[in-house]
Amino acid sequence: MASENRYCLPAGMPMPDPARSASFHHGFWEAARRHELAVQRCRSCATFQFGPEEICYKCHGFDLGWEQVAPRGKIYSWERIWHPSFPALKEACPYLVVLVELPHAGGVRMIGNLIGDQRRDPPIDGAVEAVFEDHDEGFTLVQWRLEK
Amino acid sequence: MLQRPGLSFEHMAGYTWREASAMAADVLTVKDKAAIVGLGETKYYKRGGAPVSEFRLACEAIMKAAQDAGIPVSQIDGLASYADDRNEPIRMASALGLSELHLSNIFWSGGGGGVAGAVGNAAAAVAAGYARYVCVYRALAQGQFYRFGAAPAPKSVTGNAMYTLPFGMGTAAQMIALRTRRFMHEHNVRQDALAAVAMASYHHAQFNPRAVMYGRPLTREQYDNSRWIVEPFHLYDCCMENDGAAAVIVTSAERARDMPHKPAYIMASAQGSGFRQGASVHNAPDYGTANFGTLAPRLYEMAGIKPADVDVVQSYENFTGAVVMSLVEHGFCAPEETNDFCCFENLTWPGGKLPINTSGGNLAECYVHGMELVVEAARQVRGTSTCQVRDCEISMVIAGPAVPLVSDLLLHA
Repeated sequence: MASENRYCLPAGMPMPDPARSASFHHGFWEAARRHELAVQRCRSCATFQFGPEEICYKCHGFDLGWEQVAPRGKIYSWERIWHPSFPALKEACPYLVVLVELPHAGGVRMIGNLIGDQRRDPPIDGAVEAVFEDHDEGFTLVQWRLEK
Repeated sequence: MLQRPGLSFEHMAGYTWREASAMAADVLTVKDKAAIVGLGETKYYKRGGAPVSEFRLACEAIMKAAQDAGIPVSQIDGLASYADDRNEPIRMASALGLSELHLSNIFWSGGGGGVAGAVGNAAAAVAAGYARYVCVYRALAQGQFYRFGAAPAPKSVTGNAMYTLPFGMGTAAQMIALRTRRFMHEHNVRQDALAAVAMASYHHAQFNPRAVMYGRPLTREQYDNSRWIVEPFHLYDCCMENDGAAAVIVTSAERARDMPHKPAYIMASAQGSGFRQGASVHNAPDYGTANFGTLAPRLYEMAGIKPADVDVVQSYENFTGAVVMSLVEHGFCAPEETNDFCCFENLTWPGGKLPINTSGGNLAECYVHGMELVVEAARQVRGTSTCQVRDCEISMVIAGPAVPLVSDLLLHA
């Protein structure tokens, strides 16, 4: 993306603060900073889970790690947001939010913005790839774009 | 995971609902043990329109409900609410001079999904002998506190909010739009089904002088031309933000028989959630739904009735899409019949197959977090609605659709 349009959404959005979050969140954000997509996975029963949690819902094990997975997925649902619910978004509407499913990682889902024409309806089940959006404040957001 | 039987009613064929209901095993149920006997509502206002405090609105609704039940306020011995109501029972009990407080109960979670469950909790308390007269109340003056339609906008976020808020995703409308879009995709549901719900609520509000939107009908053209909030929700697909309060008195079926008004007997109530519906970042396995997959079968099983026995439904409208999903999950139509079933003709009084939200509800009467829907459901059983369904015997409330914790209530005459 061009430098003047580096981010999907304008400055002033709430910023993720993993350092002040529980430690079981850290792995995702450390991986994103390295431009890798990671999903929490139970070391006992190999169940993927997302959002991360302190316990494995399947086997009740507490030994959870992070697994690097292919940064791809498919659109499970989407929405186009027209009403700016944050002051920072006043000039940015409409924008697209996608719910992306990762079939190769237990079917977990993630939220992100879809890069590209914001007025075009995204295809449900359409294949998407992750785009790592580095922010100067020291965090990286995982965004998505349709695979060519 | 416990497998529920799903909606199947073959064994009831040939019986009236009263016969089928009597045959249903009533161990483990509150069926017919309690009734709603008093209804109270304040005047309903636009957001910021209430000339008095939210606490005073709560007091007024409770006093009116007691008066309607024909009991002194001081005889109320139980208080129940939901959705983090700011007006705590201990303050209410002291301020209103209640002789004794036997029950101080709240349904957890911040959403409207608790309204039917709060009545269910009151019924359970009465049936168990914890209290004699439980008042279920909700006061909400969004003009005096924060707006539900706004997203929190902190500089930074921690925990699960890190995976949604930085992407401009955080309001209730934005959360439920994603589930609705998935549902529409899976079953080829058109926008018309959502529009029909909005049109039905506005239609019914035109008969109800209490409604904030009384005298302000909605045409399909206005609906289509209204701005998008978040697709697939237009402005009119979203609930209002208001100031108001409402309350009901729940007592035992025995006491109810000697009270001034026709009792609305509590036939069944279900509350809770399906498997991992609270999984964060939109990871609920059963996603394109309103989360009634496990509740609806339990509700009908407890009542011993089938969907066709229900005469009228008050279905909590946070957003119209969630109402449509709720109607499907309660068996009023199959998912593939949604477009045909969810039309203005079917959902409206007086001629519709299943009139819904007959006072105008959250969209057009007043957003009292759904408490006004419970009042209207009881009014239908009494026979005093402004859109009175003829020979109404069974009245349903569906609460909080598409949020992680939901609830249901069935009343009968």
